[in-house]
Amino acid sequence: MREKLIELKNVTYTYEADEEGAPGYTAVRDVSLDIYKGEFVAVLGHNGSGKSTMAKTMNAIFEPTQGTVTVNGIVADSEEKGNEIRRIVGMVFQNPDNQIVATVVEDDVAFGPENLGVEPSEIRRRVDDALKTVGMYELREREPHKLSGGQKQRVAIAGVLAMQTQGIILDEPTAMLDPTGREEVLKTIIRLNKEMGITVVLITHFMDEAVHADRVVVMDGGTVIAEGTPQEIFSQEEFLKAHSLDIPQTAQLCRRLGFEECILTPDECVEKLTSVLGGAAQ
Amino acid sequence: MVRDITFGQYYAGKSLLHRMDPRMKLILTFGMIVAIFICHNFYSLALMALFAAAAVVFSGVPAKMILKSIKPVMVILAFTAILNIFYTKGGETYFEWWKISVTEKGVNTALFTVIRIIVLVVISSLLTYTTTPTMLTDAIERLLSPLKIFHVKVHTLAMMMTLALRFIPTLIEEIERIMNAQKARGADLESGGLIHRAKALVPIFIPLMVSSFRRAYELAFAMTCRCYTGGNGRTRMKQMKLHARDFITLFVCLAVVAGIIVLNHFFTRII
Repeated sequence: MREKLIELKNVTYTYEADEEGAPGYTAVRDVSLDIYKGEFVAVLGHNGSGKSTMAKTMNAIFEPTQGTVTVNGIVADSEEKGNEIRRIVGMVFQNPDNQIVATVVEDDVAFGPENLGVEPSEIRRRVDDALKTVGMYELREREPHKLSGGQKQRVAIAGVLAMQTQGIILDEPTAMLDPTGREEVLKTIIRLNKEMGITVVLITHFMDEAVHADRVVVMDGGTVIAEGTPQEIFSQEEFLKAHSLDIPQTAQLCRRLGFEECILTPDECVEKLTSVLGGAAQ
Repeated sequence: MVRDITFGQYYAGKSLLHRMDPRMKLILTFGMIVAIFICHNFYSLALMALFAAAAVVFSGVPAKMILKSIKPVMVILAFTAILNIFYTKGGETYFEWWKISVTEKGVNTALFTVIRIIVLVVISSLLTYTTTPTMLTDAIERLLSPLKIFHVKVHTLAMMMTLALRFIPTLIEEIERIMNAQKARGADLESGGLIHRAKALVPIFIPLMVSSFRRAYELAFAMTCRCYTGGNGRTRMKQMKLHARDFITLFVCLAVVAGIIVLNHFFTRII
């Protein structure tokens, strides 16, 4: 059996009641979910489905109100354990501006390893490697505010890479980016998983991003309502629509054309259409 | 556009002054500023001015930029010159009319003070022209680190300074966005008297405050995620090392100070 990296067991998270006495809001209800090492999991859900809150319990930023979170065998139940867990699982947030701490790109990437107390020469090596991996090495001496959104987000990813975590959780990393930026970031994420074997949990509401995952988890109302391969999930159009989600455009097109199989990426779609049209021409 | 903002007034370059250790640069700048005030005759002041001119040449910063840094103090220069000319009395009288008189001592003092201020501004602006704010913050953190013994939170202060610098462009961008949003809703920001315009800023600053707090909150999460727990056990990627050039510059500065002391001793005091 594959090894588990992150294990959520009956996790419930309730935001604290505010001072005016309004009751706390339960964002995640009784979620049990395992993330295996080396896996690429996409978590889908519309706004307010609890996916972001669940992500924050995964690296012990939020301590669950009920249930347990275990990361690489460490149970997240104290601040010290939380720090240990965050050495294993890193996180990238939605707004690139609010997670960059330094005024120079390479200094920002060095921030994580510096906090871990890594040797200076080793930090230098890790920072260079991480920046090369995300394709930002040439811009290492730039000031972050002069970069595009996609570039900033790649710097943020490099910041996690330099910490050499086993897993990375990305909380809607492309939500604030333009199409070019989205593609840059998505390609980087896929590369981390396929080439470097890093476990990826991608929280998103873009269907086209979820199709690249090994497994798709669908959330609504704070619970997991479906789990399966992209093929299994995206062949259930009515079910997804009922939960305010959609299927990828290619899948929609192929469905309307009356194809049997569920086609998810534009490349597969082109292939299918060429073969069908080629067949008809003959 | 916001993307063109550079922090402080850093002038990018690879000169001797740019490559110096920022700690040494900071200490020497303070030292030389003190040295300016040791000078009390024109000969020692001339040596100091010569040193400043040489530093400008070695920094590779264009003279135009240096003049730009003197411009804001022009008013102060004029003010001190006028005050000194008319209020310092002594020596030969050049000009007298009613209660106003101009004396030798007055002219000398005025000239001396003006040169002194100019040299002061040139030397201190060279520091900011050749050092990025980040490097300065780092240098301050390292220089103040002995204060940790007295439980001064040096790292926290330096981190706050770095974050403030980091967020200046982000917040300027935010202000622009909010102003445009309020203008689109019919807010009138440009006309009316002072009070009217001050009032018009309220709908700009309230959203700015709210969003800044939200940013701070998110930033705190992001920093926690990257295992930030304060200064303890933290290492730094960029180590600061003293090179031969730092010691040579130190030696030059010491020589200048020695020269000033000698010249002070041999020539009569002006101030």
